[in-house]
Amino acid sequence: MENATLIEPNAQGAPPAPVAVVAEAGLLRRLWRNWTVRIGGVVLAVLLVIAILAPWLHTVDPTLFDAGSRDLLPGAMGEITDLDGQTLAHKFLFGSDSFGRDIYSRVIYGTRVSLIVGFAVAALSLLFGVLLGLVSGTLRWLDGPLMRLMDGVMAIPGILIAIALVALWRANLWTVVVAIAIPEIPRVTRLVRSLVLIIREEPYVEAAVSLGTSTFVLMFRHILPNTVAPLIVQGTYICASAILTEAILSFLGLGLPADIPTWGNIMAEGRVQFNQYPHNVFFPGVFLAFTVLAVNILGDGLRDILDPKMSRRV
Amino acid sequence: MSGDPCGNTAPVLEVRNLSISLPQGGDRGLAVNQVSFTVAPGEIVCLVGESGSGKSVIAHSVMGLLPKALKATSGEILLQGENVLTASLETLRERRCTRMAMIFQEPMTALNPVMRCGEQIDEVLRQHTKLGEAERRARVRKIIEEVRLPDPERMMASYPHQLSGGQRQRIVIAIALILGPSLLIADEPTTALDVTTQAQILKLIRDLQRDHGTGVLFITHDFGVVAEIADRVAVLRSGELVEMKPKAELLARPEHEYTRMLIAAVPSIKPRERTLVEDAPVVLKTDRLSKTYIDKGWFKGERVVQAASDVSLELRRGRTLGIVGESGSGKSTVARCITRLIDPTGGSIRLGQDEVATLSARALRPLRRRIQIVFQDPYRSLNPRRSVGASIIEGPMNYGLSRSQAMERARELMRTVRLDPDALSRYPHQFSGGQRQRICIARALAMEPELLVADEAVSALDVSVQAQVLRLLDEIRDRLNLAMLFITHDLRVAAQVCDDVAVMSQGRVVEYGSAAQVFGDPRHEYTRALFAAAPGRGYQFGKSSGQPADQ
Repeated sequence: MENATLIEPNAQGAPPAPVAVVAEAGLLRRLWRNWTVRIGGVVLAVLLVIAILAPWLHTVDPTLFDAGSRDLLPGAMGEITDLDGQTLAHKFLFGSDSFGRDIYSRVIYGTRVSLIVGFAVAALSLLFGVLLGLVSGTLRWLDGPLMRLMDGVMAIPGILIAIALVALWRANLWTVVVAIAIPEIPRVTRLVRSLVLIIREEPYVEAAVSLGTSTFVLMFRHILPNTVAPLIVQGTYICASAILTEAILSFLGLGLPADIPTWGNIMAEGRVQFNQYPHNVFFPGVFLAFTVLAVNILGDGLRDILDPKMSRRV
Repeated sequence: MSGDPCGNTAPVLEVRNLSISLPQGGDRGLAVNQVSFTVAPGEIVCLVGESGSGKSVIAHSVMGLLPKALKATSGEILLQGENVLTASLETLRERRCTRMAMIFQEPMTALNPVMRCGEQIDEVLRQHTKLGEAERRARVRKIIEEVRLPDPERMMASYPHQLSGGQRQRIVIAIALILGPSLLIADEPTTALDVTTQAQILKLIRDLQRDHGTGVLFITHDFGVVAEIADRVAVLRSGELVEMKPKAELLARPEHEYTRMLIAAVPSIKPRERTLVEDAPVVLKTDRLSKTYIDKGWFKGERVVQAASDVSLELRRGRTLGIVGESGSGKSTVARCITRLIDPTGGSIRLGQDEVATLSARALRPLRRRIQIVFQDPYRSLNPRRSVGASIIEGPMNYGLSRSQAMERARELMRTVRLDPDALSRYPHQFSGGQRQRICIARALAMEPELLVADEAVSALDVSVQAQVLRLLDEIRDRLNLAMLFITHDLRVAAQVCDDVAVMSQGRVVEYGSAAQVFGDPRHEYTRALFAAAPGRGYQFGKSSGQPADQ
């Protein structure tokens, strides 16, 4: 057959093909270039600094009160009695509440509680969500029962579960964190499970199977790292909603004890006198709103940068 | 003016010195650079080029569908004398469908999944005409008959997912042609279709265009399709028009070096000849291999799908066995059964002396290294979060090689697949598609397999890159004396790499023999239909001057 042609061996012995280097700015720089990440990040960083430096920001002990300085308006001068019984002159920047406590100090210290609750709930629910999601995405026989359980948890409003759990235990910071985290777990589980189901069909995972990689290693080396981006994004949303939930619990008097300064507690205390002294509710409310907004904006920006495929797919 | 490709009438489309800039940070400044061409009434002009050549950008700019990031910086696009680039959105909307229309690559996404096909065709009429309902219905019926869809009433009432790929593409064509536009833009309209469907759609476009005297701008990467349909051909490279000529002249006497290279890279459909060692040991033998999917829900009946049934193949060392078939023929199922990525439901697979079809996952692990697979999609075959080096050494390290030994082997393999060994620390996104496919081959070879399975391994690559990878696979098989199982839908590729060919259809092997026999004297009618549908079979590609053969 004289027409038969071999593939032309014209590139025989050609030098190694040059490797095109795709110029790509570092991840941090790309993140910083996104203005939503920048705004959300800066606001959150400022709040973090406030929380850490609370004792040095011209505050007094947030539990101190002085009967003579009740219901002061923002900016008013007054006195406050410390634990040794000494009376000090103090400027009430945000005014004082009906016990004569300094609202400024309470709001600043309240930042600590809110941020700890936000981060801890996000970490806790991600941890358990990832574990359960991996299990249910890999062990198919456990998938059904596990996901039905999750569906059950999701059928109950999260705040009701939290209220029930806090009522069951004695309210302290960690029981509140756990109570808020539990209703968030099913959402993370579902996300991780769906990601696992998608990723394990990817050719690179199948290639790893045919390379003899064991299932356990496959999970942690090939599947889990590729779920990180959507998980971080999900984490920020959980963080924001946890901060809100904690404030709601406190406001309803079901969260941390009333003497502990949290934004929800401050608002709850100020609620009765809202008509005369709106600043009691206003200042913690503003802090709460800005914190949640900052976390959500940060999450949006992170999603755009880390997870463009997901944002397009959804 | 119908049916006269060389009419003296004014061109339907005239593109003059068109330049389109890419956003900053791209790999080049201009997506399209000073391109000029015309499309006459009743003429089919093919824009040919590899990925990234700017052919789709031109098509979209003619329709006024350019993404905002791309801006035409100079030149004009005259649609029957009217400049599209400066036209208002309102005018553009009016011109679409009435004067120009477009067919897209993927008919499933080009149609609205929640609208009946009849309504989607009708929508064009409602937008652009003042016809009454009965009249519109008659027009829709007529166009459906014209695109040769059976049972128009049923077609009009169907949703896109109820139709086959070819039928969907016919609906898209009906939508494009219902108002009788003078220009039809077809952007890779048959790339997503099987070869037999492709042949029908090409014929349909050809016939309708002749009947209506429509000018067609046909975008494709496939020289077979060009040979089948074009009147004139424009070759694009990196946004520049390299060469434009009537088809016969271009295929017979390509002037530009790039055109010559492209045409030479198209594999010939005549099988190559290769001397084989007849009594080489058998590496793989499948006997009545079957895979049946049983889909059973709580409230529905059992649905049984025979993805593969009674597949018996034999592959000797140093040879390549091709499995050829259209989508859904079960060829990938067979490959995945043999690599045990899925478990076969019947039959046996013998790898050398060992039976692998029924082994448990644990017992299978030591045998896995002897069969390796290269997948189709180079963009998804490598873990994006692991460096290339880590991907290549993973397998050998699973089987007890130390990191430094595995790394040494990886460096050597990078040289084998003609990549720079220093690139091992890079990540997959820093490589092109062809380079990634070489990395996947290196990863497979790192296991020192006896059998290499290539599942459509070159289908996603541009034709010039495809030729290089095919050459590399050929060379590796000879050097390492491997057995290779080559899965492909592309008859030309099969003709150039395979020693034996199995043709599959609906899960069964319908013809099995040496490449020379199957290609030279196909016995089964399905095989004959498949060959008859191969685009451009009248032309002899694969050497620098293609000539029309036996016409």
